Amino acid sequence: MDEGLRSELSRQGIFATTIQDLYNWGCRNSIWPLNFGLACCAIEMIAASMARFDIARFGAEVFRPSPRQADLMIVAGTVTKKMAPQVVRLYNQMPEPKYVIAMGACAISGGPFKRGYNVLKGIDRYVPVDVHIPGCPPCPEALLHGLIALQKEIASQKLTGPSRARAFQEEAPGEFPVPEYGPYDLVPAKNTDLWRPKPIIRDE
Amino acid sequence: METLEQIKSRLEAAIPGLGLEIQCNGAVPGQASLVVPPARAIEAARFLRDDPRLALDYCSNVSGVDWLDRVVEEHARVTRVIDGRERVFDECRERRVPGYLEAVYHLYSMRLKHGPVILRQRTVNRVDQARVTSLTPVWRSAEFQEREAYDLFGIVFEGHPDLRRILMWDEFRDYPMRKDYVEPDDYEYEPTPHDDLKEKARRHYPIEADA
Repeated sequence: MDEGLRSELSRQGIFATTIQDLYNWGCRNSIWPLNFGLACCAIEMIAASMARFDIARFGAEVFRPSPRQADLMIVAGTVTKKMAPQVVRLYNQMPEPKYVIAMGACAISGGPFKRGYNVLKGIDRYVPVDVHIPGCPPCPEALLHGLIALQKEIASQKLTGPSRARAFQEEAPGEFPVPEYGPYDLVPAKNTDLWRPKPIIRDE
Repeated sequence: METLEQIKSRLEAAIPGLGLEIQCNGAVPGQASLVVPPARAIEAARFLRDDPRLALDYCSNVSGVDWLDRVVEEHARVTRVIDGRERVFDECRERRVPGYLEAVYHLYSMRLKHGPVILRQRTVNRVDQARVTSLTPVWRSAEFQEREAYDLFGIVFEGHPDLRRILMWDEFRDYPMRKDYVEPDDYEYEPTPHDDLKEKARRHYPIEADA
């Protein structure tokens, strides 16, 4: 809709919008997170939800104890290889549209435990991540910043057309295979349909 | 609290033929410990818990220790007869000490407010006879920690009510806290690898010129 016409109409007391804007407005202002934490990042997440930082200002204060009622999974903390299948399972149980925030160095890449034998090298191997928040742990303000970044992303998502959001693509998977426990690592160690890093060549 | 020597002599008087040993500790805290043979560890543990003067009713910590095979050099003066004359030689012999695993228990008394008394059990070797006696029947708090020592060191606690892995998943093979554990070769790119990581980085992410 033409911006000039819209402002002209609003001056006359007529509010005009599109279904897409209305949908995205509702969607981004009530992102209910899943109530689960994995490590110290969860403490910062809890702090963000309390009075001092007050995540309620952004409509995300309703932490749901069930994945069926949640829109956002905040992967807050170290994902061990033992825990990773459960995290993927929780993601699979969430209804669309669903979003994932990888909070902290561990959830992004394994962080300080990357070289360990028991820590997953980033949750984006198994589920699609919308926002990465670096930090160890990120402060509550950083989580709020990540949430605002997610809200901006939702505000600009399209409902139709070839570039529409993942939730509206019929062929895009809403569930991802849950890895099995292997003798040394999870099998498979990564979802290659999802996790395709660019080849890195050292230039030393 | 009594000294460790007193505890040892009282234990040996109470349980004949126990065969205790005091392991000294050269580190700054100098906490010596009692080495108990696994075969009779449970009797000794019961005594330590039930004795009114000790009353060690609280096992705060169970840890595993891995001692690798090591080579000890022994210097000796040997006299030999060479060309009809006696001569003294310094001889250096190498002796191989087989490795073993150890379960270390830290005991305190809640009632008498003293401790710790440190108890050790040693396995025969690190491979097929890595067995000690579980002290969970005596101190219930040892249950999860013995499971952890089993999980990470592979110490088998005989008499444990529920000996399963606790931190790693059940399908996991190997014992990751052992000193000879070889981690899987799953190195991933790091921007600034250094020291021994550099070799791994070269192997996994070759420099353009070599590739």
